[in-house]
Amino acid sequence: MPGKLKVKIVAGRHLPVMDRASDLTDAFVEVKFGNTTFKTDVYLKSLNPQWNSEWFKFEVDDEDLQDEPLQITVLDHDTYSANDAIGKVYIDIDPLLYSEAATVISGWFPIYDTIHGIRGEINVVVKVDLFNDLNRFRQSSCGVKFFCTTSIPKCYRAVIIHGFVEELVVNEDPEYQWIDRIRTPRASNEARQRLISLMSGELQRKIGLKVLEMRGNAVVGYLQCFDLEGESGLVVRAIGTACTLDKLSSPAAFLPACNSPSKEMKEIPFNEDPNPNTHSSGPSTPLKNQTYSFSPSKSYSRQSSSSDTDLSLTPKTGMGSGSAGKEGGPFKALLRQQTQSALEQREFPFFTLTAFPPGFLVHVGGVVSARSVKLLDRIHNPDEPETRDAWWAEIRQEIKSHAKALGCHAVVGYSESTSICEEVCILSASGTAAVLNPRFLQDGTVEGCLEQRLEENLSTRCGFCHIPYDELNMPFPAHLTYCYNCRKQKVPDVLFTTIDLPTDATVIGKGCLIQARLCRLKKKAQAEANATAISNLLPFMEYEVHTQLMNKLKLKGMNALFGLRIQITVGENMLMGLASATGVYLAALPTPGGIQIAGKTPNDGSYEQHISHMQKKINDTIAKNKELYEINPPEISEEIIGSPIPEPRQRSRLLRSQSESSDEVTELDLSHGKKDAFVLEIDDTDAMEDVHSLLTDVPPPSGFYSCNTEIMPGINNWTSEIQMFTSVRVIRLSSLNLTNQALNKNFNDLCENLLKSLYFKLRSMIPCCLCHVNFTVSLPEDELIQVTVTAVAITFDKNQALQTTKTSVEKSLQRASTDNEELLQFPLELCSDSLPSHPFPPVKEHLESASSNSGIPAAQRDRCSSWIELIKLKAQTIRRGSIKTTVTVEKASPVGDGNFRNRSAPPCANSTVGVVKMTPLSFIPGAKITKYLGIINMFFIRETTSLREEGGVSGFLHAFIAEVFAMVRAHVAALGGNAVVSYIMKQCVFMENPNKNQAQCLINVSGDAVVFVRESDLEVVSSQQPTTNCQSSCTEGEVTT
Amino acid sequence: MTSELDIFVGNTTLIDEDVYRLWLDGYSVTDAVALRVRSGILEQTGATAAVLQSDTMDHYRTFHMLERLLHAPPKLLHQLIFQIPPSRQALLIERYYAFDEAFVWEVLGKKLSKGTKKDLDDISTKTGITLKSCRRQFDNFKRVFKVVEEMRGSLVDNIQQHFLLSDRLARDYAAIVFFANNRFETGKKKLQYLSFGDFAFCAELMIQNGTLGAVDSQMDDMDMDLDKEFLQDMKELKVLAADKDLLDLHKSLVCTALLGKLGVFSEMEANFKNLSRGLVNVAAKLTHNKDVRDLFVDLVEKFVEPCRSDHWPLSDVRFFLNQYSASVHSLDGFRHQALWDRYMGTLRGCLLRLYHD
Repeated sequence: MPGKLKVKIVAGRHLPVMDRASDLTDAFVEVKFGNTTFKTDVYLKSLNPQWNSEWFKFEVDDEDLQDEPLQITVLDHDTYSANDAIGKVYIDIDPLLYSEAATVISGWFPIYDTIHGIRGEINVVVKVDLFNDLNRFRQSSCGVKFFCTTSIPKCYRAVIIHGFVEELVVNEDPEYQWIDRIRTPRASNEARQRLISLMSGELQRKIGLKVLEMRGNAVVGYLQCFDLEGESGLVVRAIGTACTLDKLSSPAAFLPACNSPSKEMKEIPFNEDPNPNTHSSGPSTPLKNQTYSFSPSKSYSRQSSSSDTDLSLTPKTGMGSGSAGKEGGPFKALLRQQTQSALEQREFPFFTLTAFPPGFLVHVGGVVSARSVKLLDRIHNPDEPETRDAWWAEIRQEIKSHAKALGCHAVVGYSESTSICEEVCILSASGTAAVLNPRFLQDGTVEGCLEQRLEENLSTRCGFCHIPYDELNMPFPAHLTYCYNCRKQKVPDVLFTTIDLPTDATVIGKGCLIQARLCRLKKKAQAEANATAISNLLPFMEYEVHTQLMNKLKLKGMNALFGLRIQITVGENMLMGLASATGVYLAALPTPGGIQIAGKTPNDGSYEQHISHMQKKINDTIAKNKELYEINPPEISEEIIGSPIPEPRQRSRLLRSQSESSDEVTELDLSHGKKDAFVLEIDDTDAMEDVHSLLTDVPPPSGFYSCNTEIMPGINNWTSEIQMFTSVRVIRLSSLNLTNQALNKNFNDLCENLLKSLYFKLRSMIPCCLCHVNFTVSLPEDELIQVTVTAVAITFDKNQALQTTKTSVEKSLQRASTDNEELLQFPLELCSDSLPSHPFPPVKEHLESASSNSGIPAAQRDRCSSWIELIKLKAQTIRRGSIKTTVTVEKASPVGDGNFRNRSAPPCANSTVGVVKMTPLSFIPGAKITKYLGIINMFFIRETTSLREEGGVSGFLHAFIAEVFAMVRAHVAALGGNAVVSYIMKQCVFMENPNKNQAQCLINVSGDAVVFVRESDLEVVSSQQPTTNCQSSCTEGEVTT
Repeated sequence: MTSELDIFVGNTTLIDEDVYRLWLDGYSVTDAVALRVRSGILEQTGATAAVLQSDTMDHYRTFHMLERLLHAPPKLLHQLIFQIPPSRQALLIERYYAFDEAFVWEVLGKKLSKGTKKDLDDISTKTGITLKSCRRQFDNFKRVFKVVEEMRGSLVDNIQQHFLLSDRLARDYAAIVFFANNRFETGKKKLQYLSFGDFAFCAELMIQNGTLGAVDSQMDDMDMDLDKEFLQDMKELKVLAADKDLLDLHKSLVCTALLGKLGVFSEMEANFKNLSRGLVNVAAKLTHNKDVRDLFVDLVEKFVEPCRSDHWPLSDVRFFLNQYSASVHSLDGFRHQALWDRYMGTLRGCLLRLYHD
């Protein structure tokens, strides 16, 4: 009995009228956990009942604590007939199971009914007392932290990044059980909600067990999805990256790691020894002041085995014992060797992260993806989900081999998805092949950060662009040049990745959202024939999507794509492809060539003229885009400047393959044979259409930028106003004369119009940027296309943005120098008026202590206690000095400006509802996340049988999405949080039957509940407390970096 | 290609003030889009008509969902579905409860019942305000009336507390409720020159002085109804007009005091008895409901119009009324000084406000 769950029902408000006669309600509450149910008294005749119940106590296994949701049902008491249900609240108590997160869940929860929506609110308090469990063979994994964020969460530090964890559980879908024919829609929906909640809990627990096996303590980049396979069942699957995270006690500790390298750091001799004590760096380096826990033994036996692919965990040998020389060459070889050994013992060296600690990512190979078409069959035994596991294992194996072909040992930015139509299912996986630094992947790598500096100096800002594969033995024909930054290593001409832009990458100008959109008609077919037809279409779709992306990228004058996500959706009679990515101009890569148009019929005057007209239009567009996105790379007086004429044999870096149900793997060569890829041949109307569609993409109105990555490359002066939104559109195609062209046009218009609408709606936020723009396409019915977009609009300071005409290299150099100046300010002040024989170390070392930003470094305090008096005397000076720093930084970043604009900050005097921010990003501009409270993972079903009365489909869905937001916010607020980061709407399945006046919608959302503090508030604190003073200035420094 | 479904939901609910105004004004989506197009928004933003249509629909849908909450503004503050910054919440409420002068004119002093609601069609035609907007405004009046009808305490405070309106708007609503409750006649042609502000001003003075709440703020605070006892007592004032000696004495006192100070002295002197009789009779008649309703008609007929026809400047009216009410204190035979002061205090304020072209 390792846990006691305690629940108290306090009160209700705004309840619906259940008794027409009295216009009142006699409400009571049922509290259910597992098989135990408690009831409150009936509170007679009130719409705002005050139950003030006793503490209901459930004594349960921690396994149940993880799996089961707390179920609260509000009912209306009826003496003569059955009690009417008002609605329910499901509370996931997982956040209470690990110590660092929330300690209590307390607050107002919307009472939700699947038929009526939100019907009032209920105030609930939930607590958990956990007892220590010494059983080593336990099935629970309490204490493992989960994060949806795909980077190392802000107030943690990665000690080890263990790697890929995955799991899936299957069950029968209650909607398709025989009993569903006789029960009410409400009962059916609730059964489904409860089942999915249970399955999610179970899945999370199982993943947690795997993490514990790997000796990790957290899962980062946790992504859980549902596959509604209809008749054949319900699959809940999840992937993530297991890590060992260390909570940063104060933000001080992670500052140096993300600071620009200071002089002293550069002087540290390279040392591979994992033992931190042997390090020769200055005693005041704050990282040294931390304690690390090392696991004593590196091998361990598995304690439990789960149904699916196990991680092969052979004892590590010879790791971390090597030492590398200072020279780049041998070091690199060694690095590769190490990485190899570190990663090869993992079955799947995959990472769901998209942003990494500095130094983690060494080289990036390119996008790897794999798709497979499967026929669904009924899942006979839910306890043996082998088929589904085997499918995924197969795909992952493929991804792994693709990565190998690119000379990479790991895949980062990895994700998996499915598209299901009737009995056909397309499984997709994609990621970015990469070479990683092994230090993060094994025990005792904590010092990696610092040592990494040395290596980074060799390849600062361009290292990740350098090709990881062998030049002489390239996996595909590619056009290589010397890196435009370091001139030492080879780089490809274009780079496609699924990750976020590394923070240290040098980008010229701004980025922009690039989308490729494509539809293909398909004959309706059954089973095997259908799957074959789809498999046959897939390679062509991929090829075209890829060509479109490449063309659009060239048209923007850019040379790299980040955050690439290609979604292929299958419908009854068509396939849709939608690729979204953020295009940027990487300074290390060559200038992209233009696009040349060629006609097939020579010597035709008017035709030639037409061609040249088109050519001119394209050239103009490229020029205009370059201006728009401020792409003016520095002039390079060497001959390698990319010519506007297409270079021969330009290559794509997309390696992919299909496999159909027969498991046949076909490799698709995306090289355009021998012809020039970027000569567009207008040989038929299709090609004309393509060129036209290229030119129809309208750039966002001035003052707007958009990207699908975390942040917009080239903009770093965010202000604090954010607006997260979801927009859904469904169009009905006219079933007459459907052609591929018409389809493409419809789809293109749909997406473009949607974007235009967004720009219009958010025009009051200008200048602003739409970040993390996430498009999802589904084909709910024959002639319906549904597009769902979730994104966040963030304002930024225009004046600052105008300055970005300088290349970012210059800027970062500038910043580095100003940083130093700022840091120098107060140590100098200190020294200047101290005694001539003052015992301070030389200024340089002092610089370190300043950057360690605990005004008085602990180590120093110990060593030189005699200084304490002196330092105390100078405290005033330090304070002043730091404030000065803060002010300088603030001038550089308009964070302060944003604070004034922030309307939500002062809570209304008579309003009891706290503001909860939601964002798909992992951070909140102008604020600092101080605590992660646990993941939010919620699944809702809403159904109506009075569609017209609820305002039609739009009214129905609008209200439902607003309700989902409200429930997410309420849960976060109850956990004590004030924001959700890394929020994602993973599913929005909408079905309608207007003839029957019915509609149903399923929504699945997730994110991390956090507590954030405005930087302005931090400053207020800092002016009172000298100790926290530096914290705030550092945070700001960090944000502006 | 037709759009089946098109929605936008923000974590912070987007409120477009211009669209809100159009919605409040009762325009259909089509009309609103047309009006927005005419405002030149397309040129400013480079948007298309389709974008505008979709945007307008979205806002209308949001407003429609918010309307239920706006009927009980405290609910808007406590609800969880729409995250709206407090300043925006205040704007939503304030605008929702705002009314058109032309409309309020038509229903002021009328019974807020279903019967009147049928007349909304006529009012809409007459004022050019859309029927939808008329409905909203009428329903607002009625809702506020119903909520505060049986409540104790200050009328303005009650309205403010239950509808979270600004001070100004709450005062206006207090006037509307007060007028509706006492059914003052405001529709007569004679009163057409008055604005709602004039009536609201008078209502406030009357609530302050003429209601139960005015005398005893400790108990039974009823701001809605006029103090019946007070009205009954005012019969006693009749003596000022009926007793010839008293009237003459009063006249001479006023005339002596105002001699040389009034531009229209002779007219005043000539009209004094008529004016005084008029004012005193108004007070004495207030026991009958019918006469209460005609209060404003009487005041205009008996005082404002005679003065205006003699072209009294406003300053002279003020001098006269001050002296007229003050002189009564010197009338030895008159015992109802306090009563007189309470009456004239209110009346003087009202008359000065009502006295304009």
